Amino acid sequence: MNIKTIIFTIVISVFSSLNILAEEHMNHGDKDIKTEIKETIAHHLMDSHDFVLTHDISFSLPIILYTDGNLDIFSSSNFHHGTTPHTVNGRTYSLDHGHIIEASGLHPIDFSITKNVTFIMIVFLIMLIMFTRMAKSYKKNALPNGMGRLLEPIVLYIRDDIAIPNIGEKHYKKYMSYLLTVFFFIWIINLFGLTPLGVNVTNNIAVTFSLALITYVLTTVTANKSYWGHIFWMPGVPIPMKFILAPIELLGTIIKPFSLMIRLYANITAGHVVLMSILGMIFIFKGWVGSSLSFGLAFALSLLELLVAALQAYIFTMLSALYFGAAVEEHHHE
Amino acid sequence: MEIPAIVGGGLVVIGAGIGIGRIGGSALEAMARQPELTGKIQTVMLIAAALIEGIGFAALFAL
Repeated sequence: MNIKTIIFTIVISVFSSLNILAEEHMNHGDKDIKTEIKETIAHHLMDSHDFVLTHDISFSLPIILYTDGNLDIFSSSNFHHGTTPHTVNGRTYSLDHGHIIEASGLHPIDFSITKNVTFIMIVFLIMLIMFTRMAKSYKKNALPNGMGRLLEPIVLYIRDDIAIPNIGEKHYKKYMSYLLTVFFFIWIINLFGLTPLGVNVTNNIAVTFSLALITYVLTTVTANKSYWGHIFWMPGVPIPMKFILAPIELLGTIIKPFSLMIRLYANITAGHVVLMSILGMIFIFKGWVGSSLSFGLAFALSLLELLVAALQAYIFTMLSALYFGAAVEEHHHE
Repeated sequence: MEIPAIVGGGLVVIGAGIGIGRIGGSALEAMARQPELTGKIQTVMLIAAALIEGIGFAALFAL
């Protein structure tokens, strides 16, 4: 793929995002334009129970609810985009701003396959195909071809520049699978967010929370004696100081994954909000000057977002490796 | 007179901006002086920038 193809793809994707915004604009023309743009952005940032490509093309996704010990499964097309309630097994559900509520006040637990879940599954499939093909290409001979040749530099980069310097030669192997998975998952899913499909998975805080939780659990489970020693009984400081340091260090172990969660979530959300707002300027200015300005800005910002997509994946992997490294580091006190 | 919370948010963003700018500037100088260490400097620069960014976002989300 050369540079022309990349630029062409971005132009197409900006145009198509515009199309989404324009479609939303056509739907309800009676409101103030600024509130309408705000609503569109808020809607775009939310997870939804159906996958809308344009006004005409949309897919319904399954809804799985666990209410009061009963499992209710039906298609989200029964809601007709949130306009009508649906009754199943004597319980009436309706859609209120993306949340499912039950008429008689029961609290359903929502296990639905939403848009985000669908795309997590799609990325899972893509990664499965990519990496099985990569593994296969090594079976024939030592020199990879196809998918293996494409991915080998990235995998080697993660091993040689992220895992080994931060974790150390001795322990890095058991963390490699997680680091590779989390890097490619975040990268691919961020790139999906830049396509005109209108998906944002990493700006759902629950997704980044789960990723950070895995890092936290791995750090905690694999940590050695010296890691816990440095938290609860810091060596080399006076005794009263140890009592002050212990709670701070303990809090630090939670703050580290928390900042991982917030960083990924906030970066992607901020990128999407700014991009959508700049596209929204077209409808505020209503002229060729505003439109071309907004288009140019959106183009430049899309390029920046391409960088951010990879950078956030890199930072997440890098910091995870750093925390793992701290957990397995061996200290020598004389 | 009460100062609105958004002023505090703005101050934090100014602080984070200055911080990241200084990191970038220092990294540039260091890389110009020792081009053979570019890779290492870049890694440390990105980590430090990401940490500051985290603080900036935390402040914005506290608004």
